[in-house]
Amino acid sequence: MSDRAYVAERILPDEEPPAASIGFVGWLRANLFDGFWNSMLTVAAALILIRFVPPLVDWLFLDAVWGDAPPDACREAAGACWAVIWEKHRLILFGRYPYQEHWRPVLGMAILITLVGFSCNRANWRAWLVGAWALGLAAFFALMWGGFFGLTFVPNVLWGGLPLTLLLAIIGIVVAFPVSMLLALGRRSHMPVIRAICVCYIELIRGVPLISLLFMASFMLPLFMPTGVNIDAMLRAQIAIIMFSSAYLAEVIRGGLQAIPRGQFEAAEAIGLGYWKMQRLVILPQAIRLVIPPIVNTFIGLFKDTSLVAIVSLTDLLLATRQAVSDPLWRAYFVEGYIFIAIIYFCFCYFMSKYSQYLERQFYTGQTRN
Amino acid sequence: MRSDGPSRGGFVQPAAVQPPRRVPLWRNPTARAVAFQAVAIAVLLVLAVYLVSTTIANLEQRGIRSGFDFLENEAGFRIGETLIPYSPSDSYARAFLVGLLNTIHVSALGIVLATIIGILVGIARLSRNWLIARLASAFVETVRNIPLLLQLFFWYAAITGLLPAVRDAVAVLPGIYLSKSGLMFPVVKLGNAFPFVAIALLLGIVAAFAFRTWAKRRQDRTGERTPVLLVGTGLIVGFPIVAWLVSGAPLELDVPEKGRFTYSGGSSVTPEFLALLLGLTIYTSGFIAEIVRSGILAVPWGQTEAARALGLRQGRILRLVVLPQALRVIVPPLTSQYLNLTKNSSLAVAIGYPDLVSVANTSLNQTGQAIECISIMMAIYLTLSLSTSAFMNWYNRRVALVER
Repeated sequence: MSDRAYVAERILPDEEPPAASIGFVGWLRANLFDGFWNSMLTVAAALILIRFVPPLVDWLFLDAVWGDAPPDACREAAGACWAVIWEKHRLILFGRYPYQEHWRPVLGMAILITLVGFSCNRANWRAWLVGAWALGLAAFFALMWGGFFGLTFVPNVLWGGLPLTLLLAIIGIVVAFPVSMLLALGRRSHMPVIRAICVCYIELIRGVPLISLLFMASFMLPLFMPTGVNIDAMLRAQIAIIMFSSAYLAEVIRGGLQAIPRGQFEAAEAIGLGYWKMQRLVILPQAIRLVIPPIVNTFIGLFKDTSLVAIVSLTDLLLATRQAVSDPLWRAYFVEGYIFIAIIYFCFCYFMSKYSQYLERQFYTGQTRN
Repeated sequence: MRSDGPSRGGFVQPAAVQPPRRVPLWRNPTARAVAFQAVAIAVLLVLAVYLVSTTIANLEQRGIRSGFDFLENEAGFRIGETLIPYSPSDSYARAFLVGLLNTIHVSALGIVLATIIGILVGIARLSRNWLIARLASAFVETVRNIPLLLQLFFWYAAITGLLPAVRDAVAVLPGIYLSKSGLMFPVVKLGNAFPFVAIALLLGIVAAFAFRTWAKRRQDRTGERTPVLLVGTGLIVGFPIVAWLVSGAPLELDVPEKGRFTYSGGSSVTPEFLALLLGLTIYTSGFIAEIVRSGILAVPWGQTEAARALGLRQGRILRLVVLPQALRVIVPPLTSQYLNLTKNSSLAVAIGYPDLVSVANTSLNQTGQAIECISIMMAIYLTLSLSTSAFMNWYNRRVALVER
């Protein structure tokens, strides 16, 4: 048999794929020059990038004035004036908090950020985490207020900058969370009066802009209080933020409750659990787990929305920056100031949105289709 | 094996069954629900009475009047830009109306622009073109992760601080000038032909819709396709042109003319309006892009494959198969983005554009009647929101999948 001429005696090596379909060239062809229109798009986008990116890099980095420099140096330079950040970073980050005491907000923020980082790990989602948060917040307030162990007392009208932004956002969500659970349960209650109250509250708050709630808190709340009772501006803004975020969170949690199959309720009732035990042990743990990614997204929105307190004259990160760049010497360099805090906001929000996407992948494995 | 019945094991059940024990009232679910709700109502009432009484006391003590009578009084403040005639001698009610119209003006324009940009960016993020997809992602991530108020401050400061003064205005396009004082652009003046052209445009739109219905019926019956897009566009464009020609073809292009300190002619928008529109549009388009992207991704790949197997071309696959299904996912969150944009336009107060909140804020500071001013403002926003969500629910029911 083997002497037949047409039987191959050895296996030929595989042909290399065409040079144009592998390696860098292949990648280029597949991703950038895939057909005429795609190539045109790539060229157009590349032209735009070439036109705008190098001048931007020059302005941002190469021609910029870095470090400690007088405003005159900036006036002569062609690039960005990062000296304004060097000069004003304390004011931007801490507002009017006494200069010598800035280590206290730094330490307080470190505590809060550590706690947030710690809470990101799912292995730490235990009951003691609530205690850790209570302790951490207590430590934050103690540090910020002071008035003991030789720490001077700092009234909260002087709080400002990043610590205030973080505080408004974190307290906003921590306090709103239990409220929103009650609201979500109430909205699904069988009792018409309770349901009506919850629906009215949620729709009313969600139907109006946050700024109108902030106005309400700063102008109307004082009228509601009996004479002699005075709540300061920070607490009023905080109340508005809590009211606002609890309505939005309630809708998120309601979404989770609706996703729980009827069988879970029936099973819980069949083993004789009462309403609250059923919710606490069976329903809410499942519902909340389902909606943790959207809760993180709500928190991102809330974090950005805290900047609105600047309109009611609370010196948060945004208003502190505006005050910093209103200095006549540095007035021309507002862009640099805004870019600086935009980067701060971006870092926080981007981290949180990536975390929420990570959680989604962790939770919904096996439920995604190609 | 037979069961022995009740007498199994020699145990005999008592003949007389004991009457069921009455459930005590506090364990009766109905009674408890009634009691609970009564308590809730009572607590709310007590709270309301308390709030009203303290508020009345406070108002008297501070000498603030109450009631909505002030709406008839002379407002006395200027409003920078108005869509309807307004002067400081007009009433507060008219000032509120001016503010509301300004809110609607900027929101409507913002919604249109944000939808266009959002759809483009959302599709670009799904592009097979690596560069385009990356650029679109970078845009979306940047825009979504920076607070809107900061973006508004940035745009406003950039327009008023970085752009040249009026006399050195930059010509973006011929006839369109950008400067510290806003954007100036030419307008077409049709004179007395305007009402006819407007009516003709409406008629054209109606005719185009009627033609589309007719063409669809015809296609269902005979299978023949009619060039709907072409004829429809022709109708919508043609009708007004005919009307314009018939009424004598008056045409006057009002182009802004460069003066020493101001421009004359044309039309213009203020830097406040421009900054607000720019900020709202860019911020919302980032969110709309994500909605469009996830809507398109939500249509299973098999649908595209099946359409391809039927022999449909790429454009028709998108138009006839993917988009109608994607819209079902896209429309509800899109509507809530529109609502968000409208509510976010309230940030106008921070950069001095006279929207509803800004007018309410000024009236509040002048009259001191905080409760009334804030209530009016909230009631208007609430009406806008609730009517939009009513529309959205209606639409959702209409497009919802009809299942077995």
